[in-house]
Amino acid sequence: MSILVYIEQFDGKAAPVSWEVLGKARTLVDQLGGKLAAVVIGAGVEGVAKEAVSYGADVVHLVEDPSLAAFRIDPYAAVVEDLVKTHSPKIVLFPATARSRDLSAVVACDLDAGLAADCSDLSLVDGGLAAVRPVFSGNLLTTVRFNGPLAVASVRARSFPTPEANPGRAGEIVKSGPVAPTTGIREEIKSFEATATGEVSLTDAKIIVSGGRGVAKDPELGFKLIKELTDTLGGAMGASRAAVDAGYIAYKHQVGQTGKVVRPDLYIAAGISGAIQHLAGMGNAKIIVAINKDAEAPIFSVANYGVVGDLYEVVPALNAEFKKRLG
Amino acid sequence: MNFVVCVKQTPDTAELPKISAAEAVSGDIKATLVLNPWDEFAVEEGLLLEDRFGGDVTVVTVGPEKATEALKDAIARGVKSAILLDDPAFAGSDAWGTAAILAAAIKKNGPADVILTGKMSVDGNSGLVAPGLARKLGATLLTQVTKIVDISGGKITVERMLEEGRETITVSLPAVVSVSKEINEPRYPSFMGIRKAAKAAIPVWKLGDLGLSAGAVGTGAAKANWTDVRKPPARSSQVVMVKEATVDATAAKLADLLMAEKVI
Ligand SMILES: Cc1cc2nc3c(=O)[nH]c(=O)nc-3n(C[C@H](O)[C@H](O)[C@H](O)COP(=O)(O)OP(=O)(O)OC[C@H]3O[C@@H](n4cnc5c(N)ncnc54)[C@H](O)[C@@H]3O)c2cc1C
Ligand SMILES: Nc1ncnc2c1ncn2[C@@H]1O[C@H](COP(=O)(O)O)[C@@H](O)[C@H]1O
Repeated sequence: MSILVYIEQFDGKAAPVSWEVLGKARTLVDQLGGKLAAVVIGAGVEGVAKEAVSYGADVVHLVEDPSLAAFRIDPYAAVVEDLVKTHSPKIVLFPATARSRDLSAVVACDLDAGLAADCSDLSLVDGGLAAVRPVFSGNLLTTVRFNGPLAVASVRARSFPTPEANPGRAGEIVKSGPVAPTTGIREEIKSFEATATGEVSLTDAKIIVSGGRGVAKDPELGFKLIKELTDTLGGAMGASRAAVDAGYIAYKHQVGQTGKVVRPDLYIAAGISGAIQHLAGMGNAKIIVAINKDAEAPIFSVANYGVVGDLYEVVPALNAEFKKRLG
Repeated sequence: MNFVVCVKQTPDTAELPKISAAEAVSGDIKATLVLNPWDEFAVEEGLLLEDRFGGDVTVVTVGPEKATEALKDAIARGVKSAILLDDPAFAGSDAWGTAAILAAAIKKNGPADVILTGKMSVDGNSGLVAPGLARKLGATLLTQVTKIVDISGGKITVERMLEEGRETITVSLPAVVSVSKEINEPRYPSFMGIRKAAKAAIPVWKLGDLGLSAGAVGTGAAKANWTDVRKPPARSSQVVMVKEATVDATAAKLADLLMAEKVI
């Protein structure tokens, strides 16, 4: 294998960014030669392995055991490290989700390989990986190059398009079990409280509607109107830190330097001034729409479309308009 | 119980846009340098753990002499001891090099039970020092930690916020804990603390003190190197202001424009 891609799954469902990474890896392997391998770890996850073939893997290492049902670092890292040692890929790629980011770091550190975290682009230069990542909170970009035989990178969601799945595609599924002892694992998960299902995650969202301190007059109504527009558009709801700090909305919605970094096709900012720490989180959106009652607000200098007006009027009007069009 | 907090001195976030690629490459940053904002949460949690479980908190940083100011910021908030890890051989270390230096210092300082870090540095943005440190120390790794529930019987129980929900997990000590901003509300440096910090004598440990070889850290050992540091392409958009006679007409016009962009 020349590239190995770790496919993250939770409860038997793959994280969508896994396929984005696999799709990009396919194009890299087509230049590099060799085989594109994927690894799926868990219990009862053969369906995910089949999907990996349909999304472009030549070989999928399916590693299953009841002790691997929930993600824990030591046994998962042991599997990936074993595959790397056995098959010597040049490049190992991970989605940059919370768990996979940890896993990528542990694997790279154990194997003394260089790691580029949270990459936004990947290419090959002289047959080696060149990984682009934002640094200085998005104010600069760098291309990471690697010393040594192995390069490891984690990739942010929505950096690459989701490839077309081809259910008829041929690929080999190689089954095996855990490589580390299945008892005495030093991490014990006591409980897990899932967040509301059906909520689109900010990092995977194509459309985000965010609210800021501009809702201060009536925060409950403000975020209700923002939520309605979000739901009409099938997107995810975001917020500025000012709105989170004021207690209008939970931290998990925060976009920005100390919140989530997002990359939607459409970002609608309502009642957000556009502070640089907010821009650090959403400056890479394809289209930015600003709704603000202050025509001088800095957000307008990064927006593609702007409306000067009261969000309590503009947001519901926009919602009504899209409701009409989207049925 | 021994607690160690790893901190970094980083540019003030409000000044990040002014930093040039050349400054980032040379490391000679003109911007105001402060305690990495994420590390304020780690320092606060160290102080809270000291109150809850007893013991000592030590704050450490790998950095040049001026990084002492970041340690003094932590002292001004109530931390009693600090160590600066500074040697020309440390310059240019990647995350694994920085982790190796910190691991050596933590071992020398005496066995630590919990090592706290921030979620990431606002300059390097990697979030790799905590996992690197955990592996170099043979400690368990806990990231995205939003609450330390308990420490007892050689174990630590925490809550972590992951994409799909909140996990409660118990792991064995020692543990490297990278904290999220939901974990606490950092206190400000106190007036008395600032006076104490001004007078504090902070030990400096060098390569030789840590028993590390020069080849194990610094530029030469780095496995990942930054090349071609640059400003990201500016957003090429000129804002189109949408304004019709009524709010409804404005909304209709905006909807037309967004449909034409094919983003909906
Ligand atoms: C270390 C650090 C990290 C930070 N991290 C983040 C981060 O991750 N994310 C983040 O967002 N911020 C972050 N900030 C905070 C950031 O600097 C700003 O304070 C914050 O983004 C401001 O939020 P806001 O735009 O909602 O509020 P404001 O700046 O107060 O803006 C509110 C806007 O609403 C407009 N408005 C008011 N009423 C209406 C109305 N009825 N209709 C329409 N518009 C209206 C106003 O004209 C104004 O432009 C950070 C700051 C620091 C120092
Ligand atoms: N030079 C350093 N000295 C001490 N701690 C550091 C250093 N660099 C990073 N850290 C710690 O590791 C965390 C993550 O930083 P990073 O991995 O650089 O994004 C920071 O919040 C600090 O707690």
